[in-house]
Amino acid sequence: MSTQAPLPISHREAGMSTPLIGMLLFIASEVMFFGGLFAAYFNARAVHVGSWAPPSPAPALEILPVPLPITIILIASSFTMQFGVSAIRRGDQRAMRNWILLTLVLGVTFLIGQIYDYTTLGFGISDGAFGTVFYTLTGFHGAHVFGGTVGLTILAARASRGQFSKDNHVAVEAISMYWHFVDVVWIALFSTLYFLR
Amino acid sequence: MATTALSPATETYRRSWVLDWLTTVDHKKIGILYIVNSFIFFFAAGILALVVRTELAVPGLQFLDVRTYNQAFTMHGTIMVFLFIVPVLSGFSNYIVPLMIGAPDMAFPRINALSFWFLPLGGILIFAGYLFGGAAAEGWTLYAPLSNGTYSRGVGTDLWLVGLTLIGTASILGAVNFVATIFKMRAPGMTLFRMPIMVWTVLVTQILIMLATPVLAAGMIALFIDRNYGGSFFDPNSGGNPVLWQHLFWFFGHPEVYIVILPAMGVVSEILPVFSRRPLFGYRAFVFATVAIGLLSFSVWAHHMFTTGQVFLPFFSFMTALIAVPTGVKMFNWMATLWRGSITLATPMLFALGFLSMFLIGGISGVMLSSPPIDFHLQDTYFVVAHLHYVFFGGSVFGVFAATYYWFPKMTGRRLNERLGKVHFALHFIGFNLTFFPQHFLGIAGMPRRIADYSPDAGWTMWNLVSTAGAFLIAISVLPFLWNVVATFINGEKVGDDPWEGHTLEWATSSPPPPYNFDRLPPIRSERPVFDLRHRHDAEQPGAGHAIEEAAPGSETPS
Repeated sequence: MSTQAPLPISHREAGMSTPLIGMLLFIASEVMFFGGLFAAYFNARAVHVGSWAPPSPAPALEILPVPLPITIILIASSFTMQFGVSAIRRGDQRAMRNWILLTLVLGVTFLIGQIYDYTTLGFGISDGAFGTVFYTLTGFHGAHVFGGTVGLTILAARASRGQFSKDNHVAVEAISMYWHFVDVVWIALFSTLYFLR
Repeated sequence: MATTALSPATETYRRSWVLDWLTTVDHKKIGILYIVNSFIFFFAAGILALVVRTELAVPGLQFLDVRTYNQAFTMHGTIMVFLFIVPVLSGFSNYIVPLMIGAPDMAFPRINALSFWFLPLGGILIFAGYLFGGAAAEGWTLYAPLSNGTYSRGVGTDLWLVGLTLIGTASILGAVNFVATIFKMRAPGMTLFRMPIMVWTVLVTQILIMLATPVLAAGMIALFIDRNYGGSFFDPNSGGNPVLWQHLFWFFGHPEVYIVILPAMGVVSEILPVFSRRPLFGYRAFVFATVAIGLLSFSVWAHHMFTTGQVFLPFFSFMTALIAVPTGVKMFNWMATLWRGSITLATPMLFALGFLSMFLIGGISGVMLSSPPIDFHLQDTYFVVAHLHYVFFGGSVFGVFAATYYWFPKMTGRRLNERLGKVHFALHFIGFNLTFFPQHFLGIAGMPRRIADYSPDAGWTMWNLVSTAGAFLIAISVLPFLWNVVATFINGEKVGDDPWEGHTLEWATSSPPPPYNFDRLPPIRSERPVFDLRHRHDAEQPGAGHAIEEAAPGSETPS
């Protein structure tokens, strides 16, 4: 072994960075998680007898006044997130932090709106299959939004300490991927709950 | 190309060895933690198996009541699958894969440590049911509606769900880590098609874990909601569907079978060539067969559910039979590797050959069960118990012991005693077949699984007695193994860095390897770089392949 010419041990930096690959793989597993929950939704719907609606006497689901506005807010937050990513790609850490804080505010607004919506629906998780799948799916999506806001808070705090730069901001890229994913899940969930009736 | 000079003596500061092991992020130490933790659970679940077998030895309820019996077989299955076989193979993968691809560590060392520490925590939660009014008792599949709040009161089942969700989360994070490691951390020259077969099987395994486990997590959360918050996912009285649980469980549960067999196949594919003194026959075919098994494993889950009447039998029957094809390709490759090889029957090789023969039986009984007419007859009988133990125990556990004997010198620098190893193998092999082969007969004779007692008139007594005797023989076979490990660890034969004349990169560093694994790497121009290095002078003979000497080190980059 000692006669062999030593080969340098190096990390290859070509291609996507390792943390981003890790985040993408994690998102793949999250897709399967929500896939399981969506499967439960459609299964419950398939075996359901009668009209697929909230159990009486609760009113039918309406996209106004709350669900549609918070959907627009969440979609908007994906854009503000991406503006933040663009800012740090230019090296503008201050602008990035402001965009992230705006995204955080939008995310929290979504959560507050959803909790308010829950209080007005008139049925609960134990009110039949509809109640169970409705609250489980929206609840787990909400939990993921909450997880995203934790990530955004950490990003904002780190940005305040000047920890990101044009060449060193992989955490921002990773959290933004996650945030977009959570947004896409909501679009699928919103369409399923409110349009595929 | 950035060069990092890493010395084996790299030592930043000193701390007590307990703290060192508790806080380590070194993949080798974490791997050993995985393995030790898994073996502890293996022995615990083994004792539960003895309890079950003892009760079944003769008709009549001798020393367990029905409830305790249900808990015993449920915990036996759960612990063996989720806290022994999967993690012990993850442990070996954790130790070996970074070494095999020439990496200094895993891609995310701290997540690696987190993945491990969830395991004992989850295991304790699952076992804690015994302290709070009884553990889960619905069988390891936890079928609804048996597992709902009406038929399974008590927190044992809830603890099972919480513990298993933790363990599932840990394996998902571990899977992300493995896949990122294999894609991003390979040494220069280590192209995908030069990766050792073990690395390929681990890659496919971890992708299966990454994509299948979340579905089980969704199912377990749904069940938890049903049990605790009045949900109705699986409750037909309020619009739910109990069969949904079976779909979610087996959508995970069948890839799970390949999750536990593929790494063992990888281990065997490393050992057979080394002890046959031949390269693995048909490397590429083996890789494609592994990938094919991974893909097909997602389309066979409902063969566990033929008798529900809610699945399309021809499709799932066909796919299940089809998945035997890539498995057959592998079997052919292994046999062809042995053919005209210069075989030495060291203990790792014995266990690898044991794997081949026992897994073959499990595979054949699996193909039999893929046929719905046969499956309808044998569903939930001891035939299925025999089949799954031939795959899990005859397959994976033989692979685990093969790996233990093969890599113990890598982990400690000492070789396990060969004489004791052979005693272990002989007792283990005989005990295993004595336990599980008769269960085929019991199943065909109609004995259902999961029963605590049976009638003396059923005609099942003799084979049950034989099976129980075999179970105790397996238990006895563990004693020489344990003694061997302890004695070797304290005062075993020191055998240097590469006692088996291995083929793959883990043998290119010292035994045990230093932190960050390698000072330097040999050139990687095939899937057997250490073999090439050892025989580089053979290659200088006229016409024997000048390529090995001529290629400049590091001139090729991995794809």
